[in-house]
This record gives sequence, structure tokens and C-alpha cells, in this order.
Amino acid sequence: MKTPSINTAKTASGIPALLKTACFNALIALVLFSLMVGVRTEAGSDGQLTYWTRFGEVASLVAAVFGGSIVLELLKQWIGPTGAEKLVPPAVQSGMSFLGRYLAPALLIFTLLVPVIFYDQRYILDLAILVLTYVMLGWGLNVVVGLAGLLDLGYVAFYAVGAYSYALLATNFGWSFWICLPLAGVLAAFWGVLLGFPVLRLRGDYLAIVTLAFGEIIRLVIINWQDLTGGPNGVSSIPRPSFFGIPLDNSDNGLAARLGIEYSPTHRIVFLFYLILALALLTNWVTIRLRRLPIGRAWEALREDEVACRALGINTTTTKLTAFATGAMFGGFAGAFFATRQGFISPESFTFQESALVLAIVVLGGMGSQLGVALAALAMIGGFELFRSLESYRMLVFGMAMVLIMIWRPRGLIGHRAPTVYLTKAHAISSDLVKEGHG
Amino acid sequence: MSRDQILEVDRLTMRFGGIVAVQDLSFAAERKKITALIGPNGAGKTTVFNCITGFYKPSGGAIRLSHDDGKVIALERLNDFRIAKQAKVARTFQNIRLFPGMTALENLMVAQHNALMRASGFTLLGLVGAPVYRDAEKRAIDLATDWLKRVNLLDRADDAAGNFAYGDQRRLEIARAMCTEPALLCLDEPAAGLNARESAALSELLLSIRNELGTSILLIEHDMSVVMEISDHIVVMDHGVKISEGSPREVRDDPKVIAAYLGTDEEEAAAVMESGS
Repeated sequence: MKTPSINTAKTASGIPALLKTACFNALIALVLFSLMVGVRTEAGSDGQLTYWTRFGEVASLVAAVFGGSIVLELLKQWIGPTGAEKLVPPAVQSGMSFLGRYLAPALLIFTLLVPVIFYDQRYILDLAILVLTYVMLGWGLNVVVGLAGLLDLGYVAFYAVGAYSYALLATNFGWSFWICLPLAGVLAAFWGVLLGFPVLRLRGDYLAIVTLAFGEIIRLVIINWQDLTGGPNGVSSIPRPSFFGIPLDNSDNGLAARLGIEYSPTHRIVFLFYLILALALLTNWVTIRLRRLPIGRAWEALREDEVACRALGINTTTTKLTAFATGAMFGGFAGAFFATRQGFISPESFTFQESALVLAIVVLGGMGSQLGVALAALAMIGGFELFRSLESYRMLVFGMAMVLIMIWRPRGLIGHRAPTVYLTKAHAISSDLVKEGHG
Repeated sequence: MSRDQILEVDRLTMRFGGIVAVQDLSFAAERKKITALIGPNGAGKTTVFNCITGFYKPSGGAIRLSHDDGKVIALERLNDFRIAKQAKVARTFQNIRLFPGMTALENLMVAQHNALMRASGFTLLGLVGAPVYRDAEKRAIDLATDWLKRVNLLDRADDAAGNFAYGDQRRLEIARAMCTEPALLCLDEPAAGLNARESAALSELLLSIRNELGTSILLIEHDMSVVMEISDHIVVMDHGVKISEGSPREVRDDPKVIAAYLGTDEEEAAAVMESGS
């Protein structure tokens, strides 16, 4: 008999508060929408201002907000006083980490089979390549942001360096993709160190701003150094990658002719797919290994407490620089792949928006989590395509989805941290304890 | 600098703008002994510590550290992480600074960073899984396990350090400092916030570090029961200068020390002492 009485008491006290909240929300909606929706202005035929009112629409919007907030409040009461954490009960959370153990191999097998399953669906193959490119970029940035805790808003700069390195080396000297790929990585890593030096003393917001500026500087240099980079016109007719020397084309030397099968343009797409998959998996493998090495532990320690690192004799300067260089190198690889896939690159591909997107993938995935980043890239890039039919509203839907995910899982899809070494049993470490780093 | 001194602070001065935090401070810490630095709040103890461990650059004076092999290192010329790496001075912090999101074992592994870095061929050998590195890692885990045993935290080796109780965090921080295999261990108020039982366990731990491993210890401490019990030598500071020095007994009976702690004039303190005796 105890429980119902509590319930009725709760509902009784709830109704005035409920109406109050709903009225308040409706009032805010009224203020906002009365000008945004209520008055429609347009330039008339002679350029004069014409306007008309749409109070009916305003009324329905306000009513919708009023009703919506009542439903939301009732839902809250029905589920109980939940915080963001409680929406995902602990049992489910531990279940998810259990699931995670099988999710990664399952995803990998599925990814390996994508070209087989979707062989004649060019659109899906292209989308898969795009997703994998961002998975790789996310994994690369994860080293800098997720492990070392250095907020880098200019990651696209290394992507650009990699892309232009390959494009210029291949078009000017005719070097093959397989020679240029490591060079692109090395050059990007070099720029990573170069960026690293001046920003070593900076932390947090300041670091973010300077890295953002660095990304813009690289883009502006590319635009303005016309002789070398072709400026805004970009670099075109970049050689396609060969299958270790054998071109993937319609010629007699082509792979199709040599294998005695009919040529199809899809061959190249499938090859590109496996190429980026291999590069992404290389990134993943190296990162996982590095995490278990002293350098990776030093990166994570740096994220946790820089002062303590210094007291333990860790050279924080080189530790930060190696993090920058490693992340930049993977960005450079991805850039070289991007250039060979597109066949044409221009500065427009390397705007701040790309950096923000990759950073969003890392944050959404859960900083430091490899699987989380892969899932986030799939959700961000794949999901973005999914909403294509919504046209201009898709940004809105997308933004709302992001906000909701961040409310439910503020530390990203996979927020907990797996220890790098253990004596008896590896327990996942709760995201509450893991620091984000101070830059 | 005599052979049995590990640390010699010579006319150390530290100014912050117009404020003189430490003035002409000279003292020495003996090898394989526990030296305590005590004094009322604001006496400049932590500043001295930060100068010794390289977090501050002294405005004047010299700090010399001599290793067992007779090599003398001028600490005031080394900066930052090099003091821990080359001079082998380890420290703990007044407000504990563990890596909260890493397990106890990981904390102790990070402490062995430099040795493991060399063993991993600066990552390259480690990346390909060379046996050289695997052996070194195994030894590092053994050392960490040994220390977890000593500080009585072995059963919590795989738990996040941030989840530990306060006293456990203190002990883990000492274990982490010891995993760097230091010549001199500097402890900044290790007994702060510990209850009587934990303080006693701490005293025991520090004595075992001195007796069994022969590591010299320099500590700042407010808990007089700990200081008087374990210290071989005590240096008393007040307002940035040394006011007394000696064995625990000598210091305890020094009227200047009593005056500093009671906050009275020297004459008054002397009067108090006389009337008491």
C-alpha cells in the first residue's frame, strides 16, 4: 500500500509545477517565434519592404511547445528522477562493454565483406570508403586528443600536407603511390613537430586556438603559393594508385587483362576500399600497440597530470611532440589516400569544417576509445548521408541527434578506459575518473 | 661536501617579486638518513622543496646532490624532469597527484618510464615486440608488484587510482616515487589527512625504505608524532630562514622552535620555558 500513496502524492504536487514549466517554455517559444515566424518580411518588387503576419502558425508552435513540455515532464516522472547516467542502467553499461568485445570483430568481418555484399552498389561502396577515411582520421586524431589530451583544432592541416605531398610528388616527379605514401606520412609528421614546438607551452583553450590558426595558415599558404600548389585551382590529374605496379585500368597491362577477367571500373573502387581499410587498420594496430608501450602510457599520464609526469622524470616536451607527430603522420597517410582517390584536390577540401568534423567524431566516440571512434565515424558520416532526403533540415536533425547523445553519454559512446596492463584482471575504468587533459 | 651527505643546500634564496620566501637557507641531508624540514605554515618549506625538485629556479644559492659513486650534481642548474631523470630525486605532492584514470599498476609503470623507454628502443623495438622489451616490461611489472606489496595495495593493483581511499592514495604515491628508484626521496606532508593508525603505518614504511633500501629521505611534515619518531635530523624553518637544526630531542627543546610554533617573542618563550622547568 505504500507505493501507490507515494505515486499519488508525487502526481498531486507535480501538476502545478508541470503547468508552470510548460507555461514558461511556451512563453519562451512565444517570444522566439513571434518574430522568427510571426512576421514574415520580404523585399517587394521595387525593393520596398513588404511583410505579413502569420499568427496562426505562431499559436500552433507555442501550443506544440506547451504540449510537448507536459509530455516531456510526464515522461520524466514516469521514468523516475533520472540523471543522464541513469538512463543507461549499470547492467546495460557493463553489458555493452561485454558486447563491445564481440562488436569489434563482428564489425571488422562485416567491413571486410562490404565489397562482396554491395559489389554492384557503387554509391554504398563510395560511402564506405568515405566512412573509412574518417575512421582513419578519427583514429589518428585520437592519439593527440584522446590519449595525450592535447586539443587540436587544426588536424586538417596534416591531412592537407599529406594530400598535397602525394599530389605534387606524383604529378611533378611521377613517383608511385607506394613511395609517396610513407613520404606523405613523414612530411605530415614533420609539420606536426613543427607545429608542436611553439605550442608546447600552451594549454587548453589557448592550444586549441593556436592549432586552429595553424590549420588556417596551411590552407592559406596552399591557396596563395600558386607556383607550387596551383592555388585555388588545386592539383588535378593525380595518378590513381596501382596494384603494386599493375595499373587498374582498361589497358592491356591492366590487372583485369592480366587476370583474364572483364574490366570493370568497380575493381578500382574495391581496391581503394581495401586500401583505406588496410591503412585504417594499420593506424588502429599501431595505436593499440603504442598504448601498451611506455610512450603510450606517458601520453595518457600526460593527459591525467602533467606536473606528476615531470616529477617522475618524463620529458613532457618530447612526449607531446611524439603525440603530435604520430597523429599527424596518420593524417598524412589519410591525405595521400584522399588525393589518389579523388584524382583532384583543392584547398576547399581542407577547411576548418573538416577539423571540426574529425574532432566531433573523436569526442562523440569517447576520447581514447578506438571502437567508439569507429562507431562515431559511421554514425556521423553514414548518418549524415542517411538524412540526405531531409535536405536543408538535415543539419538540424543531425545537431539534435548530437545533443541527445551528449546528454545520454556525456563522455562519448564508449567513455570507459581499458587498462594497458594488469596483474589479475583488467577492469574497465569508469569515465568519471579519466581526465580529458588540459591541452 | 662530505661523503656522507647526499644533499647540501647552500645559501638558498628564493624571491617571488618583492617577497622573499626563502633566505640564505643552508642545511645538509645525510645519506641513508631521514631528514625532516618542519616549520609553521608559510615558513617556506614547500618552496625549498620546489627548488630542490626543479619546479622553481632558485634566485640564489646552490643545491648539490652527491650520488653514491661520488658524482656531485648541481641541482639548481638542472631543470624540470631532468632532476628526476638524471639526479634521481623523486617527490610526492602535498595535494596528491596520482593519475586517477589509470590503475595502481599503471601508475607504477609510468614511474619506470625512462628505463622502459630505453628498453623499448625508444618505442621501435617495443612496437615490433622484441624480446628485450618484453623482458624489461616483465621486470618492471615485478618491481611494481613488489612495491604494491610493500604498501599493502596488491589486491587493488588493477583498480583505478582515483577510486582509492585517501590514505591508500598517499601510500601509492610514495610507491610510485620509489619505482623511479631514486637516490633521494622528497615527501611533501605524507601524513597529512591520515588517521593515527595510518600515520603509524606510514612511519613504518618510511623506516623500512631507509633501513632496507638505504634510500635517503627528505620530508616536510606537520604531524610531530611522525617527525619525532622517524627523523634522524630535523631542520626548523620560520619566515624563510632556518631557526634551528639538530636531532629530534635538541629541536624539541629549542626555545626558538617553541616560540615559532606558539607564535610568541623569543623573550616571552624563554620566560615560558623557564617558568615551566
